[in-house]
Amino acid sequence: MKNLKIARGVIYFFLVLLVIICFIPFYMMIVNATRSNSEILRGFSLVPSSYLMENYATLDSYISIWVGFRNSLVIALAVTILNSYFSALTAFALVVYQFRGKNVIFVTFIIMMMVPGQLGLIGLYDLASTFGMLDTYWPLIIPAIAAPFTVFFFRQYLITSMPMSILESGRMDGAGETYMFHRLVVPILSPAIATMGIFTFIGSWNNFLFPLVIIRSPRLYTLPIMIRQLQGSPVAQNLGAIYLGIAISVVPIMIAFMFLSKYIISSISAGAVKG
Amino acid sequence: MTKNNNRAYFFIAPFVIVFLSFNIYPILLTFYYSLTNYTGMGGIDNADFIGLDNYRRLTQDDFFFQAFFNTLKIWGANFAIQIAIAMGLALLFSDLRLKLRGLNTFRALFFLPNIITIASVALLFSILLDWNYGSLNQMLLNLGLISRPINWLNNPVYAQGWVALIGAWMWFGNTFIILMAGISGIPKDFYEAAFIDGANWWDSFTKITLPQLKPILLYVFITSIIGGLQMFDLPLLLTDGRGAPRGALNTMVIYLYNQGFSYANFGYSATIAYGLFIITIIFSVITFKTIYRSQVKVKNGGKK
Repeated sequence: MKNLKIARGVIYFFLVLLVIICFIPFYMMIVNATRSNSEILRGFSLVPSSYLMENYATLDSYISIWVGFRNSLVIALAVTILNSYFSALTAFALVVYQFRGKNVIFVTFIIMMMVPGQLGLIGLYDLASTFGMLDTYWPLIIPAIAAPFTVFFFRQYLITSMPMSILESGRMDGAGETYMFHRLVVPILSPAIATMGIFTFIGSWNNFLFPLVIIRSPRLYTLPIMIRQLQGSPVAQNLGAIYLGIAISVVPIMIAFMFLSKYIISSISAGAVKG
Repeated sequence: MTKNNNRAYFFIAPFVIVFLSFNIYPILLTFYYSLTNYTGMGGIDNADFIGLDNYRRLTQDDFFFQAFFNTLKIWGANFAIQIAIAMGLALLFSDLRLKLRGLNTFRALFFLPNIITIASVALLFSILLDWNYGSLNQMLLNLGLISRPINWLNNPVYAQGWVALIGAWMWFGNTFIILMAGISGIPKDFYEAAFIDGANWWDSFTKITLPQLKPILLYVFITSIIGGLQMFDLPLLLTDGRGAPRGALNTMVIYLYNQGFSYANFGYSATIAYGLFIITIIFSVITFKTIYRSQVKVKNGGKK
């Protein structure tokens, strides 16, 4: 028993050490965001300083980081809504109706899940250029309507948790198919929509390659693209300001995570066991 | 009961239209461009058809092979570190005698780096690792662990090591959660029976835990390698975006991006995309074959 207690103590010590190692980069980022350039050059410190506002002024004079924030938010929200709604609609049709071509669609899904997203990059860029959609959000948002993985996930969910009798009795009461989709199917699907919604949102928020290729105008930059611009910009002369820029892009996600972590973690567990 | 209904076409129409025009068509268009010397200017009419020349070039392109092996090396190191930590944690937290507490908190803390924008992570580490004013060297100097600053990002081995380490840091929490879910699905009486039969810890691990976890481990493996082959943001932003130091951080997708959008070799960039696709298929097929073979074996063994 005593050995077990010692073992437990040693393990907790290493677990806490691992947490510290995990968070030290973020801690250094936050501390350095409050220090002046010369303080950072002079040496390392774990104690915050008082240059936060100066650093913010420097950052703000070169880059409108909140514009990047807003742009990323607009795209991620549009992507998440379109992805959820149209994937639910498609999954509904696949589960409830018999129609020609159903199997073709299904096989295509399975194949498309193995295709790296970059395979169509050159083609999508060219398509966007042909239709004058370069430097707009359309090529980043519209593809969300066709998300095979989400449809597949919703389909599996509907098969296991939607009794067909609900639709039968709905039809007998004279409800239209579209009405039933909105009033019966979407509520049943809502836990699955929330799960995929979180991951779709994070995926879009962090998306780097496609906006990098499509967006040109600084006023349309998403947050990751703006972060990249920081690297070579005059802000890079002031390390405190650049740390602050990174911190502004990171801290809100951390706060959001605090509220959603339970949900995210149970989704990952469930997805892995089923997958 | 399912119903024949033309309304189904109406419901799937948005998906099918967008899927064909924004998914399938760009992929086919990319394939066409991979057979041309298109520079990215002037559309399809300005692309000269050159047959398989680009593919021939790809099979002899040292830079592509370097990018492939860089990607594989960095992914391999990252996966080894990540799975070792995740497995260790999962075993500790599932140990019936230790009864560790705080699983939810630790899981959340370890997972957090995973959702941070990679672009931000990369830029953060590019300045933390700077040899002159980076906080890491300053800290190591303060602690007396090194006597001179180390130029982490100017040495190919160190630079690749850091990408692997940062990748492992971002992903071990995710892998831990998945392994933990898998382990808690293994019936406890398996272990009790083994204990009664006199099995030690190592026997239980190799004879019960690992075989039972096999499908989950393969899932972790396949998702990790498909993601790993597409490695881009982190190595791009950690150094100059062209694979510095000495090409060590040039990955396949960075090479694809630079050929297409920095050097205006659209045709060749499209070919690299198809090269990446073929490599992904090869890795997936090998993994799926392993799953299939192990399933056949289990069936023949008469177990579930």
